[in-house]
Amino acid sequence: MQKWTDQYVEELIGNLLQTGVIVASAVVFLGGAIYLTRHGLSAPQYHVFVGEPTDLRTLSGIVRDALALRGRGIIQLGLLLLIATPVARVAFSVAAFAIQRDRLYVVVTLMVLAILLYSLTSGQR
Amino acid sequence: MNIVEFTAVVSLASLLAGFVGSLTGLGGGIIITPLLTLALGVDIRYAIGATLVSVIATSSGAAAAYVREGFSNIRIGMFLVIATTLGAIAGAVLATRISTGAIALIFGVVLLYSAYASSRPRDEQSDDHRPDSLATHLRMNGSYPTPDGPKAYNVQHVPAGFSLMFGAGVLSGLLGIGSGAVKVIAMDQAMDIPFKVSTTTSNFMIGVTAAASAGIYLGRGYIDPGLAMPVMLGVVVGSLVGARVLTHAKTRWLRIVFGLVIGIMAMEMIYHGLTGRL
Repeated sequence: MQKWTDQYVEELIGNLLQTGVIVASAVVFLGGAIYLTRHGLSAPQYHVFVGEPTDLRTLSGIVRDALALRGRGIIQLGLLLLIATPVARVAFSVAAFAIQRDRLYVVVTLMVLAILLYSLTSGQR
Repeated sequence: MNIVEFTAVVSLASLLAGFVGSLTGLGGGIIITPLLTLALGVDIRYAIGATLVSVIATSSGAAAAYVREGFSNIRIGMFLVIATTLGAIAGAVLATRISTGAIALIFGVVLLYSAYASSRPRDEQSDDHRPDSLATHLRMNGSYPTPDGPKAYNVQHVPAGFSLMFGAGVLSGLLGIGSGAVKVIAMDQAMDIPFKVSTTTSNFMIGVTAAASAGIYLGRGYIDPGLAMPVMLGVVVGSLVGARVLTHAKTRWLRIVFGLVIGIMAMEMIYHGLTGRL
């Protein structure tokens, strides 16, 4: 397992993250184009806070809106992909520490992953 | 102003913020929220939600470049990120409980501090220390490349660094920023980790910390796709261009100008926060 040094694993993960950001940006861009062609001429209303409707707050709602090719739903899906990149990075680190047989850091990294998953799911209630 | 014009203005501002943010190493996020709230009248909660998303984009996008330099220490980052993510959850929950005026006030103070921290000269070398038993047990000690070959460092004061990181996480979750300045200080000053190792490790932590509060922001309806779209795309393109020219640019005068701009914005945020106009 000489190949799996910290540096090698980190480079692999770094490239993966970059790809994730590019994919997420492309999805956001596509959604943005649809959103602007359909709603571009109305007035923006960000000076008063009303909060997003339920379908743009939850995973199931966002996926449903994106599949219906709604611009705002596709943007939100791209943003979800983006939020997933650091989570994926932590998940990969669990595997990398396991391959290195570093039990202490498998536990540390699993704790981080648990905190992340808790925060991502607690917002969905 | 209709949505197309508004989107164009926000994209351009975010592009510039991402560009300057990557050149100065302060990140673009910290100036986007004041821009959106002060200049465009956006509610601070929408501004924070959009900025937080762009913070994740810069962190993940820059990870590969940072890793190639060979300075980051994944074990230090992973251990401390427990503190920052817990802090971020607390901060994001706090953000939904306190008034927008109070958020603006705290934002202004943090901005002012960042302007000061970025103008201060820094100590590039860490002192030589005896190994600390807790840091050794956590396998945090490492080495980094120098022109004279790898130089070893011994991490100090883990509990103090961990507590400071919790604070950095709270600020990040409350204000939707990376709070890289606070993270670097915890590692650089308290734990005596070499500066280059602190900054690159901090980049890893910023993305994971922001992801922890992003889930809560999304669930509370703070992340508006129409606003987050131009902010995120602008910052991504701006910071990519910034990273390309970074090696050729003289950043000293840029730091001074950027520090001044941030200082003025900080005063405005504090004033508006105190008079309750945000």
